[in-house]
Amino acid sequence: MDATGSGERGRAGAVKPPLWLLAELTYRCPLHCAFCSNPVDYTRYGNELDTGEWIRVFREARAMGAVQLGFSGGEPLVRDDLEELVAAAHQLGFYTNLITSGVGLVPRRAEALKKAGLDHIQLSFQDSSRELNDFLSSTRTFDLKQRVARTIKDLGYPMVLNCVMHRYNLPHVGRIIEMAESMEADFLELANVQYYGWAWRNREMLMPSRSALASAEAVVEAHRPRLEGRLKILWVVPDYAEGKPKPCMAGWGSVFLVVAPDGAALPCHSARMLPGLEFPNVREHAVRSIWHDSPAFGAYRGTGWMSSTCASCDDREKDHGGCRCQAYLLTGDAAATDPVCPKSPRHAEVEAMVTAAAGVGDTGGTPIRFVPGARRSGELVFRTDANARAQG
Amino acid sequence: MTAWTDSAQPALGTMYRMQWEEAQQCHVLLFPEGMIRLNEPAAEILKRCDGKTSVAALVADLESTFGEPDLRADVLEFLEQARGRHWIR
Repeated sequence: MDATGSGERGRAGAVKPPLWLLAELTYRCPLHCAFCSNPVDYTRYGNELDTGEWIRVFREARAMGAVQLGFSGGEPLVRDDLEELVAAAHQLGFYTNLITSGVGLVPRRAEALKKAGLDHIQLSFQDSSRELNDFLSSTRTFDLKQRVARTIKDLGYPMVLNCVMHRYNLPHVGRIIEMAESMEADFLELANVQYYGWAWRNREMLMPSRSALASAEAVVEAHRPRLEGRLKILWVVPDYAEGKPKPCMAGWGSVFLVVAPDGAALPCHSARMLPGLEFPNVREHAVRSIWHDSPAFGAYRGTGWMSSTCASCDDREKDHGGCRCQAYLLTGDAAATDPVCPKSPRHAEVEAMVTAAAGVGDTGGTPIRFVPGARRSGELVFRTDANARAQG
Repeated sequence: MTAWTDSAQPALGTMYRMQWEEAQQCHVLLFPEGMIRLNEPAAEILKRCDGKTSVAALVADLESTFGEPDLRADVLEFLEQARGRHWIR
């Protein structure tokens, strides 16, 4: 099944084109999730690309061979030109994915997007319970999301439900699966929280114990056979607890291209916080030159940049040394071996974080009361404009 | 899962789309957030899974297009696998 054509358009041994373009249309979002992957200082990047600029980016990326286009954010439905952008992407031959909280997806817009050629919708939920869903997003959106799921299915879209999993909702995983089943989702992505952006800020509160993860995974496995052929469950590996470095973005500058709301081109959602790299902006550079010629996209491509730990490892082409952002957050050196890897000299620190998580009181199962403006240490910091400005 | 009958009319699954990709120099199957590169025989079979062409007609068409008799067993085996992966229904 791997009948790839020869690299006629590439130089020998050259970089392959991006396949995935993630268009983060805006950082504006009606939700305030405590595990949001947007930058903690997102209010600094509010100068959004306009319709014409986005369409030019789509055209350039498509011409290179990009084939999947994700409309993301923030909440992409905040943009009132979303229908126009989807139509342009569809005409260019992209498979178009909308990654949404559901807020703003009223039937009229869902129909207009269908007509524009939208192929698939990924809807996020925070939990199977209204209390926790609304607490974690700091909004009253649970009932709305239920309605939106119905709209999506009624219009015949393939639907992926995405739920970020962490200490608070892991004990509900069985009910989350049943909720996805009753909504007739095609896929359920149980995305164990990745510690970047706001989730990194809140890591001590979000990190589950090993035993909570093991119990949840056992529930998932128990449901799988019953759902075979109807609902596919994706269990995103909790890499801190499992000591398995993830092949982040399938390799830096390898298949994945993110364009942030202000036009900054990034190899992944959170790369912007890495020091010493200047990320080119699509307002100033063509996508092709960004991908092939910019120092930022070349910085961690291939294996030349690796530490001796990674360079001498048999898995270096498989996991690419793990995640650069995680290496930076945990060690201060973006070129270090990802410390979730047991071969990392800093792995003991990750182990200690996971072990410490077991000591924190178990909040699972009992609804937590929402504490407005909770800022004390040991409490969740919600993603809000005010909190983002305080970070900047 | 019952076997394909001659009169069945396979169609691509609702979440899949097939298209030629110039950069890949092959047909691909696209689905939410993913892509499968298809080899030529797979693409030729899937192209004919349009929900209107019967299995019998599909086999006959492939045999005459490629001038090869006796493709039936191979085609049925592929259709079976493709259905198992939910590419077709």
